[in-house]
Amino acid sequence: MLAWTVILVSIMVTIALILNLWRLFAGPDLPDRILALDTMYINSIALIILLGLWLSSTLYFEAALLIAMLGFVSTAALCKYLLRGDIIE
Amino acid sequence: MLAKPRFRFLPMPYHSILLFVTWLLLNNTLAPGHLVLGAFLALGIPLLTSGLSKPQPALHKPFKTMRYAMMVLGDIVTANIEVAIQVVGPLKNLNPAFVAVPLDIEGELPITLLASTVSLTPGTVSAEVSACHKVLYVHALTHTSEDEIIRKIKERYEAPLMEIFSC
Amino acid sequence: MSFLLELIVSIFLLIGGVFILVGSIGLMRLPDFFMRLHAPTKATTLGMGGLLIASMLLFSVREPGISVHELLITLFLFITAPVSAHMMAKTALHQKMKMIERTEGQALAARARKQQAAHLEADK
Repeated sequence: MLAWTVILVSIMVTIALILNLWRLFAGPDLPDRILALDTMYINSIALIILLGLWLSSTLYFEAALLIAMLGFVSTAALCKYLLRGDIIE
Repeated sequence: MLAKPRFRFLPMPYHSILLFVTWLLLNNTLAPGHLVLGAFLALGIPLLTSGLSKPQPALHKPFKTMRYAMMVLGDIVTANIEVAIQVVGPLKNLNPAFVAVPLDIEGELPITLLASTVSLTPGTVSAEVSACHKVLYVHALTHTSEDEIIRKIKERYEAPLMEIFSC
Repeated sequence: MSFLLELIVSIFLLIGGVFILVGSIGLMRLPDFFMRLHAPTKATTLGMGGLLIASMLLFSVREPGISVHELLITLFLFITAPVSAHMMAKTALHQKMKMIERTEGQALAARARKQQAAHLEADK
């Protein structure tokens, strides 16, 4: 049963990622695209966790943590760039 | 969240505990070797970095803080169910608003905590804090009246936070 | 592997998946940026919480010893999600993003933008 649930949830997350991708391409303005990217990195963490469940391995935990940290930093950097026109002042 | 440095070799006690717990969680272990290494890092890193931290208001009521965290956690769950229903339901019913909430709370850490709480809980996202730290601008996904949003934020979240930091 | 454990883990996984999907549906169909901001920041964070609880439960029972390091990701997301939402809202104000017409208090948004611009200018 668990195997089926993991597959089902993976499909849901993949659909979510495709919707985000649509917003990334269509999004009328830059903040929309940042929001789409921000959601995409969280969803990719979800996919990695699901992969870990599927393969019964805890090795993927570090990858998920790294993506969480880099994703937050990149969102902050993009926002700062749009706010100030400079990342490092 | 930290009080004034009380001990010379333990300048930031709360941060030390946090670092120790994080190290053990990161390695997912309680092995003696990692306990020693974690303790070493938890003592060493604050010694090196305590010069960088700004003085923050002291945390006076740890139990109130725990209760506040629990309340916010409960609100997050209900908020999500509400927002999920609104998002999937018809969009005509949504009544967005941009509201200015006057702040009585002071200090950077308390305002940050309040803004984060507002962002995580029912139908509101904090958008901007005015430069004088007196007004918090909030965007609400749907609302009945602006006064109600302001009253809810002030009563439910700001009052306990003010009590916790006693300002 | 007991049936009960699989059932509980499956329920948490499904809750997580549904919230993640709802967050992205909101991102797709809501009409303006500030409204779009609500869906992913809230729903996706809770969705991740559900998935990570499921993973924690499963590995705690399957492997020897308990597994709690997923808590670290959950905590990290719960701390960073409101911060990045705040930063994006700030950016959107600065970029003069339009709100849909029935939004109340747009004059307030204009005031906030003016104050922010003055503050940014003073900082430089």
